Amino acid sequence: MSLPIIAEGTGVLFANPDPDLARAFSRTKNCGQRNKVMSLKQAVAEFVHDGDYLATGGFGSNRTPLAACHEIVRQKKKNMAFAGHTTTHDFQVLCAGKTFNRVDCAYIVGLEARGLSPNARRYMESGAVEVTEWTNYALAARLKAGAMGASFIPVRSMMGTDTFKYSAAKLSECPFTGKKVVVLPALYPDVCVIHVHEADMYGNCRFRGISVADIELAGASKRVIITCERLIANEEIRHDPSATQIPFYLVDAVCEVPYGGYPGNMPYEYFSDEEHLNQWLTAEKDPELFAAFLEKNIYSCEDHFQYIEKNGGLHKLQALRAKEFLLKTGS
Amino acid sequence: MTAIYQDYNEMEMMITAAARELEDNTIVGVGTGAPCAAAMLAQKTAAPHLVIMFEAGGIDPILPEMPITVGDSRTYFKATKAGSMADIMEAGARGMIDYTFLGGAQIDMYGNLNSTMLGNDHQHPKVRFPGSGGANDFASFCWRMMVITPQDKRRFVEKLDFLTTPGWLEGGDSREKSGLAPGAGPYRIITNMAVMDFEPQSKRMRVISVNPGYTFRDVQDNCGFELLRAAEILETPAPSEIELKVLREVVDPYGFIIGR
Repeated sequence: MSLPIIAEGTGVLFANPDPDLARAFSRTKNCGQRNKVMSLKQAVAEFVHDGDYLATGGFGSNRTPLAACHEIVRQKKKNMAFAGHTTTHDFQVLCAGKTFNRVDCAYIVGLEARGLSPNARRYMESGAVEVTEWTNYALAARLKAGAMGASFIPVRSMMGTDTFKYSAAKLSECPFTGKKVVVLPALYPDVCVIHVHEADMYGNCRFRGISVADIELAGASKRVIITCERLIANEEIRHDPSATQIPFYLVDAVCEVPYGGYPGNMPYEYFSDEEHLNQWLTAEKDPELFAAFLEKNIYSCEDHFQYIEKNGGLHKLQALRAKEFLLKTGS
Repeated sequence: MTAIYQDYNEMEMMITAAARELEDNTIVGVGTGAPCAAAMLAQKTAAPHLVIMFEAGGIDPILPEMPITVGDSRTYFKATKAGSMADIMEAGARGMIDYTFLGGAQIDMYGNLNSTMLGNDHQHPKVRFPGSGGANDFASFCWRMMVITPQDKRRFVEKLDFLTTPGWLEGGDSREKSGLAPGAGPYRIITNMAVMDFEPQSKRMRVISVNPGYTFRDVQDNCGFELLRAAEILETPAPSEIELKVLREVVDPYGFIIGR
């Protein structure tokens, strides 16, 4: 006899919570200590497939794999499901590419204090995207369940709301205390991308600042693409094992993309390019202007470096570094 | 003291009123904007040991300037810990977060909030907003939820288009019956016209003080539902000179939030 179901959300489950499917995949995955270094172009071509469930690491535009988001749009990936977990500029970029048609929504369309993305709003109001509602903690907990190899996890939020009603959660009863509890299905993304400071060629990762839900995300996802500011030697990892946050056996691809978090904030490296993010918001207001903007900044760019060069290059990066460190520069 | 500190705007009034609610030696979960300014003002006045947490993982930063997002590097600047979302939410679930400030496009008489959509068809919303973010979680876990918002009929509505974040739900004991942890819920609603609490039995929004320059009538005229009135409605104390000085010179010197 299973746990009683008092109520359930009507939202669609976009990913199968069956842990044995995830385990079977892990068994076939070559997780070993081999050279996983490749270009971002190659990693996206090989590991991000149309129709997959995609998740991005970081929080909003902070340590977010924006170079990867551009590459996913550049390669015209389509019909994906997406975890709208604290997503802001990454969501904006993927909306511009009409990359997904299903979203688990915890936080989408808004860029926090900067305002709502006109194009993301248009896309989400068009009826083209199926939406299931969640909360930030609910998605973090679902990923935790995935990282645990479990099929569900209990939480004590969402009760009594329309967020619950339009989610794919269920309301049940704790078998020990009898108290009501929300049970959430595990989330096993098909592929995720996480941007870190340092990684070695096997995929051992180190990063600084808040971790958000990246540890859970790496543990839950079937395929993990890492973009890093810098490649380091495995020797460096072994020199300080307690600093390792994502171990090699979870990782499929390692791409060295300096400034791969641009135009977002990268902790202790560079602040977000607020001027450029504002240009995005302005360009989105006019569809023709926006098409030209995307052509310039995504489609005609060979790679991430070219995008940065078009938006201020090294001078811009120098200024963003000064801003991150609150340095008072002469200008 | 100079005349400049006798004159204040409505945002300064709301931030000061909010800051005064934060007791020393407590923990508050905040987002960007006015709530962050209120928490910083409290830290620099009556609550020096107030601890700020941001849902993305920043624990107890010494804020050098206003963060733009709840996950940017300012939120863990000289922090006690640069943690995870789970760290913050688990602290909340365990009963360790005393206050949170939330917002939304709409609020009803029980302090329920809408930050998801306008319209009546979830798959074809008239307007799509960001969604819960961490709001539903904070409102479920933190002992005392507060809102800082302008007083107007578009926001204060009889019925929400979408109930994103739980207040007292349908009033009475409905929140407790829903399974949410008992004892937590909406505590204060702070607007440019008044400060409200919630009547303990019905859990309906109730005016407890009216801001200088406004009357109860003004508040009711700018509310889409019937407000209860406390037995004695006080005047919300105006910001003091020292609070305004700290707010303008230290907390928000560029005026991003107070708009000066």
